[in-house]
Amino acid sequence: MTDSDRPNPDSLLAALQRGEAASRRGRLKVFLGMSPGVGKTFAMLEAARRERASGRDVVIGYVETHGRKETDALTDGLPVVPRRPVEHRGVALSEFDLDAVLKRRAQLTLVDELAHTNAPGSRHPKRYQDVEELLSAGLDVFTTLNVQHVESRAEIVREVTGSSVHETVPDSVLDNAEIELVDLPPGELLQRLHEGKVYLPERATAAAQSFFREGNLTALRELALRLAAEHVGEDTRHFRAAHAIANVWKTGQRLLVALSPSPLSAPMARWTRRLADNLQAPWMAVYVDTGRPLSEADQTGLQRNLDLARDLGAEVIATSDQDIVSAVLRVARQHNVSQIVVGKPTGIRALDLFRGGSVLDRLIRESGNIDVHCVRAAADGVKFRAEPWRWAQRSTPQQYLGALTVVASITLLNFLLRPWTGSYAVSLLYLLSVVLLALFVGRGPTLLAATVSALLWDYFFLEPLRTFYITSLPDALMFGMFFVVALVMGQLTARLRSQQSAEREREERATALYLLTRELADRKDLPELLSVVVRHLGAVFAAEVAVLLSDPANREPLVVYPFGTLGLSDKEFSVAVWSHQNARPAGQGTDTLPSATALYLPLTTPAGCLGVVGLRFRCGNPPPLAQRNLLDNFVQQIAVVLDRQRLRDAEQAAKLTAESERLGKTLINSISHELRTPLAAITSATSAMQEAGGLAPVHVSLTLEIQEATARLNRLVRNLLDVARLESGHLKPQMDWCDPVDLCQMVARGSASAFEGRSLTVRAPTGLPLFRGDFVLLEQALFNLLINAATHTPAGTPVELTARVVDREILFAVADRGPGISDMDQKRVFDRFYRAATARPGGTGLGLSIVKGFVEANGGRVDVANRPDGGAIFTIRLPLSDVPKLPEETTP
Amino acid sequence: MNDSELSSKPLMLVIDDEPQIRRLLTLTLGSNGYRVDCAERGHEGLVLAAQQPPALVLLDLGLPDIPGIEVLRRLREWSATPVIILTAMDAEAEKIVALDSGADDYVTKPFNTGELLARLRVALRRSTPSSELPVIRSGAVVVDLATRRVTLQGREVTLTATEYSLLRLFLLNPGKVLTHRYILREVWGTAAETKTHYLRVYIARLREKLEANPKLPPLFRTESGVGYRLADSPQ
Repeated sequence: MTDSDRPNPDSLLAALQRGEAASRRGRLKVFLGMSPGVGKTFAMLEAARRERASGRDVVIGYVETHGRKETDALTDGLPVVPRRPVEHRGVALSEFDLDAVLKRRAQLTLVDELAHTNAPGSRHPKRYQDVEELLSAGLDVFTTLNVQHVESRAEIVREVTGSSVHETVPDSVLDNAEIELVDLPPGELLQRLHEGKVYLPERATAAAQSFFREGNLTALRELALRLAAEHVGEDTRHFRAAHAIANVWKTGQRLLVALSPSPLSAPMARWTRRLADNLQAPWMAVYVDTGRPLSEADQTGLQRNLDLARDLGAEVIATSDQDIVSAVLRVARQHNVSQIVVGKPTGIRALDLFRGGSVLDRLIRESGNIDVHCVRAAADGVKFRAEPWRWAQRSTPQQYLGALTVVASITLLNFLLRPWTGSYAVSLLYLLSVVLLALFVGRGPTLLAATVSALLWDYFFLEPLRTFYITSLPDALMFGMFFVVALVMGQLTARLRSQQSAEREREERATALYLLTRELADRKDLPELLSVVVRHLGAVFAAEVAVLLSDPANREPLVVYPFGTLGLSDKEFSVAVWSHQNARPAGQGTDTLPSATALYLPLTTPAGCLGVVGLRFRCGNPPPLAQRNLLDNFVQQIAVVLDRQRLRDAEQAAKLTAESERLGKTLINSISHELRTPLAAITSATSAMQEAGGLAPVHVSLTLEIQEATARLNRLVRNLLDVARLESGHLKPQMDWCDPVDLCQMVARGSASAFEGRSLTVRAPTGLPLFRGDFVLLEQALFNLLINAATHTPAGTPVELTARVVDREILFAVADRGPGISDMDQKRVFDRFYRAATARPGGTGLGLSIVKGFVEANGGRVDVANRPDGGAIFTIRLPLSDVPKLPEETTP
Repeated sequence: MNDSELSSKPLMLVIDDEPQIRRLLTLTLGSNGYRVDCAERGHEGLVLAAQQPPALVLLDLGLPDIPGIEVLRRLREWSATPVIILTAMDAEAEKIVALDSGADDYVTKPFNTGELLARLRVALRRSTPSSELPVIRSGAVVVDLATRRVTLQGREVTLTATEYSLLRLFLLNPGKVLTHRYILREVWGTAAETKTHYLRVYIARLREKLEANPKLPPLFRTESGVGYRLADSPQ
């Protein structure tokens, strides 16, 4: 194996990620046909029936059979999710119900006609976006599609058939899909058409007549076949990458297309996508913002072109630079681009000379080892009027008037000066005025001033006076030079100004972001942070702002920050929730729920989506590209800060818990110390008196009384402390192997004094298995049960303590012959401070609640029942696990 | 040591911050034939122990200046004097640490004077090295270390090698609490320190073989959550 054969770790990783993404995402299968009528829906339904027969949960999300009997028959028995009725302009329509299908969560959903455009007011404008959402939710989808609706083929289809296609599906949707080609020879299709087996809408019959021609159909069939074949090629490539077969394709290709607001950019993007497909190469689209403001129409056009590129699978980059060529080459070098696609130039060549050569010339000369493709930019039928004078529109009539006034005043001044200076010097005054004008007004007025002052100079100051004639060669030269210098100076100054204003705008953006970051860094708690966010976003983007945060402790998906400036209706709130759940922008100006009145941007961090920011722009329109980039930066920055704040809060909470735990422990310890010390003194003193001997019998009995009272008090203290430990949640059992026999005997011995004058029988045969538990806690639990039995049963009645194994559990039972426990009491006897109505005096109602707490801390349970032949029986059940083997040993 | 007549009585050092406990211990120990020194704080106790080496130290673990466990560790750096810990009922972890740090025994508050005196006697006896007898007795059990013969009430009992070394460990530390970890390390080696189930099984076997008469007090006493103690029966 040579180095080049070895699988590249990156491509293996990519393959793994593809596999991972595929396992999380649902799988899409597209039934692709060359035209309507080839039987895509029929094929899809047949495939769906096979899936259902193999046991999968299949539902019909949306299938259009057009009343065809054979197709209808196939839908029998497949469950259908009802469509959503929609009324649009008085027409009742029914649409695919995305929410119902998402709720139904079938393994496989059938959604016909992928290219369909949804009725206005739907969540997504296009059906393929609905399907994307199903796939994201992990649901599999079968769908149908005609080749003419594939974005990258739409251009060719229009060229072939002459009819333009409005409903297109981006190629990126197909990238991870399985494609099944439904093929039918054109002859047979035409046959079916004549037999009326193909559904055509009434109004479209005429258009259909020209569409369904054998020539067209053959071309479309070829397109469909090629698309399917290319797709197979791509699958193979992924397979090869995953299985380390040396790649036979040219690798390392990366394409770049430069886009502009012009409608000519759209065909270029499609062309690049096809080239990228053929080369199996990634591609990117670049827009260079030269600082020249764009008209409303251009903004929309640019957004449309960039969206198109994104839909076609391009990585879209917007950069700003005065010089288009250097910007394109910089981006290209940064991203290792191997080929650049540009449109053929359409402008007038002579103008390029001013700019240091045309964009294309410079690109070719400066591109070095990067190939440059120059493609025919103008598609047939698309007329594009270049707007060379558009810069003039920026200047107001007042500016033109001002320019003329300045020129007029200079002319008057020149008249006064001329007798002393001669005609050439006055031209310098004109020149100065043009340059100065250029500092204050736009290019148009500057150009006007340059032209008018040249003409005025010629008319009033060059011989022969009062004519435009120029007789001497020096005068002609001077006039020519004046004109050129005035123009160039004016241009240069104007460019400098526009550069400065672009610079200023960039700086303003950077400053806005800096100010936000600085203010956020100063804020210590969440409400303060959010108030800063609302204020800054509102001020910078002239918008009303809402912040919604996810709260894991809350059942609602999002909690609205109450001091936002944007109030949310239920509908707007649901848009925000969608944006949060899908971690994608939604609302105004996006693909999802564009009818919303505000734009919702998710606050995404590596840890997940923290929430959503909603903005309703005061101007009513979504922001232009540059502003949108800034907004994205803002939102990103806010997400980072909020994430940090959350971590900080979590850390604080953890610290607080630890501190309260420590305090609780200290308190328990000190109380325990304070209570026990006097008890110890009493016990010690009375026992010392007994030990010393020589007491009268009555004194002996008295010390015994004191001792018993002390023992009882000691038990009470112990119970109170146990309850405190359970209550505080600080009880951590020390699980270890325990011997049940030992446990029973210890408890019996410890409680022996309570059973004086009655019998306590222990039944714990040797050979009981070891179990895991906290010996001390269980000893205390059993002790409490025995004391409970001793306290609440008549003197002299026997008590039994039994240990045995039942069903992989070890049972410890304390059985008495007392009055038993009523049904109602059985339920509550383990409650803290509960004392049965019939209970004898004594006891606090704590003992049994401690039993329950300790046993449960050991992973067991405790219950109480009445014995059939009288008395109560308390049973502790603890799980048994396998005891590890002991080392083998033989008797010596 | 100017009081030679008193020096025949063993000196007890009580280190406890509770004046009432100090007073009571002084009274009860004094009336049982011991001299008593008292210290309220850890440092003071260490100084006293160095000035007049006591026969035994009674040490409370909750001291105001330095933790009782620290006093024990510092004392153990230069002294082998037996130490009995005074501790609360549910502080098993504390007891284990103290025992592993060199304490000889512990008494749980509130303690019975009779029980305390018995523990004192056991600890004092252990600290005076007895002549190296090849035969050890504990109640009805007699072990001849030279021949490894074990008899119960005169009848020979067959033990496996592990059972024998476990029994021997107990017999060499009569009346002393041995922590689980200590026994496991001594009998099965360091690797087995956490394998409590070995201990449970072998103690049960030894009990079966040697505690034949259930009427008698048990030979191997369980100290809940801490370890085992061989019942100390004066010979």
